[in-house]
Amino acid sequence: MEDDQSLIEIRDLYLNFYTYDGVVKALDGVSLGMRKGEILGLVGETGCGKSVTSLSTMSIVIPPGRIERGRIDINIKGKVYDLLSLSEATMTRVRGRYISMIFQEPRAALNPVYTVGDQVAEVFFHHRKAELIEAAIAQLKKDLNRASGLKRAIYQRELSLYEKMRSNPKSLTLRLVLKTPLIRRFQNRMKVEARKFIVEMLKSLNIPDPARVVDMYPHELSGGMAQRAVIAMSLSCNPVMLIADEPTTSLDVTVQAQILLLIKDLQKRFHTSILYVTHDLGVVAETCDRVAVMYAGNVAELADVVSLFKKPLHPYTRALLESIPRPGEKFVSIPGIVPSLVSPPKGCRFNDRCNYALDRCINVKPELVEVDKDHFVACHLYYGGK
Amino acid sequence: MQPSVKEFKFMLTRVLKSPLSVAGLILISYNVILAVFAPFIAPNTTGAALPDPYMIPRDPAAGIWMQPNSPTPGHLFGTTSLQVDLFYGCVWGTRFAFQLGLEVIVTTLTVGLVLGMLAGYYGGFIDEVIMRFTDIILAFPGLILAMVFVAVLSRSGWSTLNAAILSIILIGWPGYTRLIRGEVLRVRGEDYVEAARASGASDIRIMTRHILPNSIYSVIIVASLDFGSIVLTAAALSFLGLGSPPGYADWGRLIFDGVPYAGSGFAYWWTFIYPGIFIVLFTLGWNLLGDALRDVLDPLSRRK
Repeated sequence: MEDDQSLIEIRDLYLNFYTYDGVVKALDGVSLGMRKGEILGLVGETGCGKSVTSLSTMSIVIPPGRIERGRIDINIKGKVYDLLSLSEATMTRVRGRYISMIFQEPRAALNPVYTVGDQVAEVFFHHRKAELIEAAIAQLKKDLNRASGLKRAIYQRELSLYEKMRSNPKSLTLRLVLKTPLIRRFQNRMKVEARKFIVEMLKSLNIPDPARVVDMYPHELSGGMAQRAVIAMSLSCNPVMLIADEPTTSLDVTVQAQILLLIKDLQKRFHTSILYVTHDLGVVAETCDRVAVMYAGNVAELADVVSLFKKPLHPYTRALLESIPRPGEKFVSIPGIVPSLVSPPKGCRFNDRCNYALDRCINVKPELVEVDKDHFVACHLYYGGK
Repeated sequence: MQPSVKEFKFMLTRVLKSPLSVAGLILISYNVILAVFAPFIAPNTTGAALPDPYMIPRDPAAGIWMQPNSPTPGHLFGTTSLQVDLFYGCVWGTRFAFQLGLEVIVTTLTVGLVLGMLAGYYGGFIDEVIMRFTDIILAFPGLILAMVFVAVLSRSGWSTLNAAILSIILIGWPGYTRLIRGEVLRVRGEDYVEAARASGASDIRIMTRHILPNSIYSVIIVASLDFGSIVLTAAALSFLGLGSPPGYADWGRLIFDGVPYAGSGFAYWWTFIYPGIFIVLFTLGWNLLGDALRDVLDPLSRRK
């Protein structure tokens, strides 16, 4: 990693899906960099590999998918780790804590059998137990001063258990106590504390009446409300990176605007970097700092949002921008179809749909190179000199 | 109010709304009462020592006549061959049915849950091995396979009763495994499972906290229906003489004991009608309860 500002660096990522139809070469040498505190848009058509790229950065690739090679370096507190070489056990501590994710269908992303509070609490318990124990101890000490008699004795026992949890969480007696029915209920204090955190969290996300929403089930929430709950869940541990996988696609336009503003606002408040996956160029122009355009498993162009929209270089980006419907104008679409990724074209994967294709495009795969300051493009048209 | 209390209240009002569910609850409670209070409802009045309360005590005074005797105040439901008291048999038979059902359901459900979960969640080779094995068992007709198991097991020193229970378990688990695997496959692809993984949950946590609660409903419903049909299978085995020994408080056995006299039409009606009614009420109760459970547990059909 070259500089401190870099947060995540995906290098030469190859990913295949092994299906009955053959090997789908879903990612073909994807390289992407994200800087601290930026919103990076990841744009492309369905099936171009944008969701798979984002899932790879959490190293969640569901079989039959498999990462063939590549590196994903992440910079956590000044140290650089290769996510793909970390063990699964380590990854469970990274996911949700340092990298988290919000989804396209907010109501589907919430488990229907638990209340909103339960689900956010689960993330809390997993990653921030120490803080909950501290809060529970503080509360217990307050209660202890007021209580007397039998209650005081019970509180004292509870306090000693909590202190043990803080000092020696692996002790045998503690593990036994945590498994004993009825006695294990002393942990409810932590639930109460978690609930306080969650209500605060929901309040900061502009959710009206958070104390009531905490106890609601996902099906009782509107789409926008559910998306806020999912955002609460993903931000509960102040991650360094948030992956937003088309978070507004399934929402009404008005709600969409609210959620977009909320995401931008949260990004400023928590200094979280956001990888914003979408196919909506309007949303990209509105929210993102930089944009990566993907096509058939490759990054075609990577630039800051202004220069990408003002001066698109890659023929695919141009075609994509032209195909945005405008009132009064004829509807333009890109000729041809997205190639099958089982047998993609040799060379540039866009060559059979490209109006400017050269001979070289058919056989040689273009590399992603910097043609302008901070403007990368993978196209033979722009580095003929090299 | 505690959420669990609230939930329970909701379920209760939901069940009480449907008359069939109420009927199911009443039938099951009636059977539970019979089973729990069997020693008081049908005490051993003969004075003979009873090493096993399920062995129906025989009145020494009644002799060992083969011919069944019609109902009298002393023997409310009459006696079947060898003067075995049917009332005692039917009442204690309820207790036996519960014991049998619980043993079988708990074992098959545990095995089915673990195997089905592993097969559905991990897929690939594990799935292949587990599911092909269940296919092999499911390829045989259940009752015939059970009979083979009983025959083999009882030859190798098992009592026929234990052999019957074990064989019902052996033919029962593949159904659950297949059912649970299907449910797990459905739930595994849901967004909230991915969301849970994205928030750092481990495999075991995802399985127990996220997949299990969402895939258990149909299994619970099937299990409650099976509770009734297990008793039917056991009765069928006993009826074929492969289950409990003669004079055992098992409905199937009692009917089997009356078979020689069924040739004379309804002359000895009590020997099969009374145990038959008990079987019907028990099975019907569980079937109705299964439907009631579906109403309250299925997340799609509830809250409507």
